[in-house]
Amino acid sequence: MDYILKVFLILLSSILVNNFILARFLGICPFLGVSKRVTTAVGMGAAVTFVMALASVITYIVQYAILEPFGIEYMQTIAFILVIAALVQFVEMVIQKTSPTLYKALGVYLPLITTNCAVLGVAIINIQEKFDLILTLFNGIGGALGFTLAIVLFAGIRERLEFSSIPKPLRGFPIAFITAGLMSVAFLGFQGLIK
Amino acid sequence: MKLFKVFMNGIISENPTFRLVLGMCPTLALTTAAVNGIGMGLATTFVLVGSNLFISLLRNFIPSKVRIPAYVVIIATFVTVVAMFMEAYFPDLYASLGLYIPLIVVNCIILARAESFASKNSPVASIFDGLGMGLGFTLALTLLGTIREILGAGTWFGMRVIPSFIEPAIIMILPPGAFFTLGLLLGALNKLTAKAE
Repeated sequence: MDYILKVFLILLSSILVNNFILARFLGICPFLGVSKRVTTAVGMGAAVTFVMALASVITYIVQYAILEPFGIEYMQTIAFILVIAALVQFVEMVIQKTSPTLYKALGVYLPLITTNCAVLGVAIINIQEKFDLILTLFNGIGGALGFTLAIVLFAGIRERLEFSSIPKPLRGFPIAFITAGLMSVAFLGFQGLIK
Repeated sequence: MKLFKVFMNGIISENPTFRLVLGMCPTLALTTAAVNGIGMGLATTFVLVGSNLFISLLRNFIPSKVRIPAYVVIIATFVTVVAMFMEAYFPDLYASLGLYIPLIVVNCIILARAESFASKNSPVASIFDGLGMGLGFTLALTLLGTIREILGAGTWFGMRVIPSFIEPAIIMILPPGAFFTLGLLLGALNKLTAKAE
């Protein structure tokens, strides 16, 4: 029972309290780049969720089955980024074969996930926090859901922003950052949720 | 003269933070104090110079189909070097930068320079490009860190600059402060450049 509670708390904390974008600043590039339309934001969120859950589990196996037994933990960064790059390539091929419609919907965003620092970030956090396999999986899923939540909300606001009159120097990136800042203030409210 | 131009390009006309808006994760996450900004900036500069040099030297040997994985391996090697060096000589800084040191690998500035400059230019020019871009990034991070540290903690590089009876605005060193500071700075720069033109 305690264990289930722990899993639930990790899920909640990675979605709301330690939101990957608004509290940890991981994955800002796709957050700014792929948030002009709600539909593409949802697609990106789905792809990231899939890759992050898989990457969490596989990097866990690489760490404890390869790096630690051979005493080569210093190779962690290189090993993880190669695993993630290979994984994204593999996921791309599988989706292309099994579901061409989903593949078409995700388009160019799929290969770009390799350079999404949230994926490498969650893998390293899992190892640092010494999570076991199940907690690792749920931390990955939670982080990705938090990412999806933030990017979809942000895309919704940005669609509205296009029609509002913004002072000229603030158009584009500046107003995007200020909007993200306001969202981040709102998410600070979740801070007291988990002790 | 041409090398000087390449060097200044990264600092002013194509400043990675203020002009290209690349590498936002460390920019936002680590600028809670000016010293973190300098530390992160210099670590990134070292990786940029090293990877630019090696990619430029190998540019005629790497097949273009596998160039991205090859670049990533070169970059990851330099990141590992920097991480080990920092852990050994600057353990405090290493602890406060934490997770973001291995994440230099996925900093888009480095891959962007590899792809758009080092793979097409001579090793010497690539070194200067790496230096300019890295120092431009360092300057931007230090500026952001300075603003946030002074307003949010009342100190600069750990020295007290605002008397302690004035309550500092904690929000500036919390996550929202990062977004606000960068957004307003970009806005101010837009206004200044629009005036200059």
